[in-house]
Amino acid sequence: MTSQPDQPLYAARVPIFPRRVNGFFRRFKWWIMAITLGIYYLTPWLRWDRGASLPDQAVLIDLANRRFYFLWIEIWPHEFYFVAGLLIMAGLGLFLFTSALGRVWCGYTCPQTVWTDLFLLVERWIEGDRNARLRLHKASWSLHKWRLRLTKWVVWLVISVATGGAWVFYFTDAPTLLRDLLSFDAHPVAYTTIAILTATTFIFGGFLREQVCIYMCPWPRIQAAMMDPDTITVAYRDWRGEPRGKGNAKTRKAAEAQEAVVAAQAAGAGAARYAGTPYPGKGTQPATPPALDTVSDKGDCIDCMACVNVCPMGIDIRNGQQMECITCALCIDACDDVMARIGKPRGLIDYLALSDEPAERAGAAPKPLWRHILRPRTILYTAMWLLVGVGLLYALFIRSDIELTVSPVRNPTFVVLSDGNVRNIYDVRLRNKAGEARTFRLSLTSDDLLQIGLEGRETLSVTVPADSTVLQRVYVTARADDPAAQEDTTALRLWVEDVSAQIRASKATTFNGRGTK
Amino acid sequence: MSERKTDEVTGVETTGHSWDGIEELNNPLPRWWLWTLYLCIIWAIGYTIAYPAWPMISGATQGVMGWSTRANVAADIATHEDNNAELVSQLVAADVATLPEHPDLNRYAIARGGAVFRANCSQCHGSGAAGAKGYPNLLDDDWLWGGDIDAIMTTVRHGIRNTQDDDARYSEMPAFGEILEPAEIDAVVEHVVSLSHSDFDAALAAQGAVVFADNCASCHGDAGLGMREMGAPNLADAIWLYGGDRETLHKTVEFSRFGVMPPWGPRLKEADIRAVSVYVHSLGGGE
Ligand code: SF4
Ligand code: SF4
Repeated sequence: MTSQPDQPLYAARVPIFPRRVNGFFRRFKWWIMAITLGIYYLTPWLRWDRGASLPDQAVLIDLANRRFYFLWIEIWPHEFYFVAGLLIMAGLGLFLFTSALGRVWCGYTCPQTVWTDLFLLVERWIEGDRNARLRLHKASWSLHKWRLRLTKWVVWLVISVATGGAWVFYFTDAPTLLRDLLSFDAHPVAYTTIAILTATTFIFGGFLREQVCIYMCPWPRIQAAMMDPDTITVAYRDWRGEPRGKGNAKTRKAAEAQEAVVAAQAAGAGAARYAGTPYPGKGTQPATPPALDTVSDKGDCIDCMACVNVCPMGIDIRNGQQMECITCALCIDACDDVMARIGKPRGLIDYLALSDEPAERAGAAPKPLWRHILRPRTILYTAMWLLVGVGLLYALFIRSDIELTVSPVRNPTFVVLSDGNVRNIYDVRLRNKAGEARTFRLSLTSDDLLQIGLEGRETLSVTVPADSTVLQRVYVTARADDPAAQEDTTALRLWVEDVSAQIRASKATTFNGRGTK
Repeated sequence: MSERKTDEVTGVETTGHSWDGIEELNNPLPRWWLWTLYLCIIWAIGYTIAYPAWPMISGATQGVMGWSTRANVAADIATHEDNNAELVSQLVAADVATLPEHPDLNRYAIARGGAVFRANCSQCHGSGAAGAKGYPNLLDDDWLWGGDIDAIMTTVRHGIRNTQDDDARYSEMPAFGEILEPAEIDAVVEHVVSLSHSDFDAALAAQGAVVFADNCASCHGDAGLGMREMGAPNLADAIWLYGGDRETLHKTVEFSRFGVMPPWGPRLKEADIRAVSVYVHSLGGGE
């Protein structure tokens, strides 16, 4: 096999130095970052009073006792379908958003994006903006470079430890664990978990960054199945921008001068860096078709590279849709900024539906936004999502404080006693979800005559301690001449009743007879 | 050998394979990715050196870490035995008849006994203890040799009619084919049928009653209610070990039956014997 001799086996990563950007989407993303990180770090510290014997943490995954607490909801292992249902809803929600708005998950809320963004913020704060970082990257290792790098890494590490640290608080009482962690008394699993999550956060957010999205994450490859030409995504209006650059000398010069001002600001004091002049917020509504530059018959794009320089994925959106693009919209902000400066309408790069291209190219009005969003596909996803959601809510509200599961013993299906009576055995699991011990009475309803008895107990009552389960063997016996003893199977219902609290629950099951009738 | 082509748009060489007109670009791999791959290969080689891995003619390479699943399992078992040592000594010391008064110990005994049962007893008595023809059902309330926990424990410890244990429960029914005429056997079978069925030949049964009184009553009792001291079954109830139809009964009388159970005393630990007895007692027939 002869291949190109100069083709290397591997390619080094091309480092990306995204430039700072201001604008509507950038501000929106700061808010999202604050909210998502806030939820992540603060949730374990919310308290919720559940009574004496239960933990008072609002959100707690108690693996040791196999309980999941979410505010007033308490999920037992056999109710794990709630978690499965929530995962299905999350999946359907992702489908819905992707089909309507492309990779909004990637661009705004994906942890990889959020933490990378945070790490970039630190990097910019310590090492300066794009140009300074580029310079530093090329500079040889001096004391200055070491100092900046080490500072950056230390801050990253602190964030990483906090990230790994916050995770473990979801699994046990947070204040206790924090005390144990600080006094080195915590379980080794806690330290190991923190160490692993610290390492992954540090490496993924600091060094792997866009490579996680491109090479590790399966999502970019799956999303293609969920997007279609009506999906709103980040795109470049090439019919308006091309041919780019040449012939727009005057406007281009003006913009480049502005770029220099931005770069100079960026090199200045860190605190003032984000206080750039804001301009009115913009929605994702496609802009009205632009009036083409009649003077030069050139496109609106002045080839200033602002959109490329701000892109955290290191791509040029003007080359069309690319797998790497996470639709973070930073290029929109960057280009809108340039357009504002050269006196052109915003939206050369924009959130738009690719199906609008012919209309816009012809100078006609694009389809309204809602017609892009409301499609059979999105409506179907919404309906499915609601269906699962309503089902879960329904299941949540019909849950009882007492519960039982009945598993008939089928080995053997029935036992004939010496007096000819036929006996069936059932393993009944009684769950008491209340904070105090409860005594349950078992009983039976059936049209045919049957008697009930409990293994190892004189009475028909079982006391179940607070917040726990008891497995009780139950004997149901039919007298030899009762119909139930002679039929193949007989329907019956097992009742559990808490006499003091006036609640009862039941399960339907069957009784196996000799089948002689 | 595929033809080399260059993609027009990107200027990158393609792999030359075409799927539905789509060709794959022969881009180089990211460097970190390739190094990760190499590291994984090195790791894999190191791993197979460190741990048992390569199959050889007689057994596999042992690795250099001295690690083995068997040793791990043995260690796990030892740990669990250590953890249960307290319960085991309590179980060995306890009076099994009063065990239900100690719920924790009782629960442990039933769980342990279930495991012992599945490993040692289920081959004959069935995994659900329902028995089979000739092998008693342990779930019902009919016991040949007694169904209280001490009687069960004696049966488990010494077995039934075996020659290995002098204390085995022992009894033997003669083969009446050598003693009685076939017609007499038919008559006595009809009498036995009359003890538990409503549908029988009264005249024949009356003849059989005489034969029964002469030959069978000494063990099975005048009313056929059996005798536990000799493991003689109750013939008047609804439970038959070998079958209650006339043909089977005829065979039973003619040739007799001789079920054997081995003594478990020498094979099981004391705690296991106690546990499995508690387990069997808890299955629903315990007295
Ligand atoms: S091209 Fe880059 S900056 Fe623009 S949305 Fe995509 S990832 Fe973000
Ligand atoms: S920011 Fe806008 S004007 Fe500048 S190169 Fe990108 S598309 Fe062209």
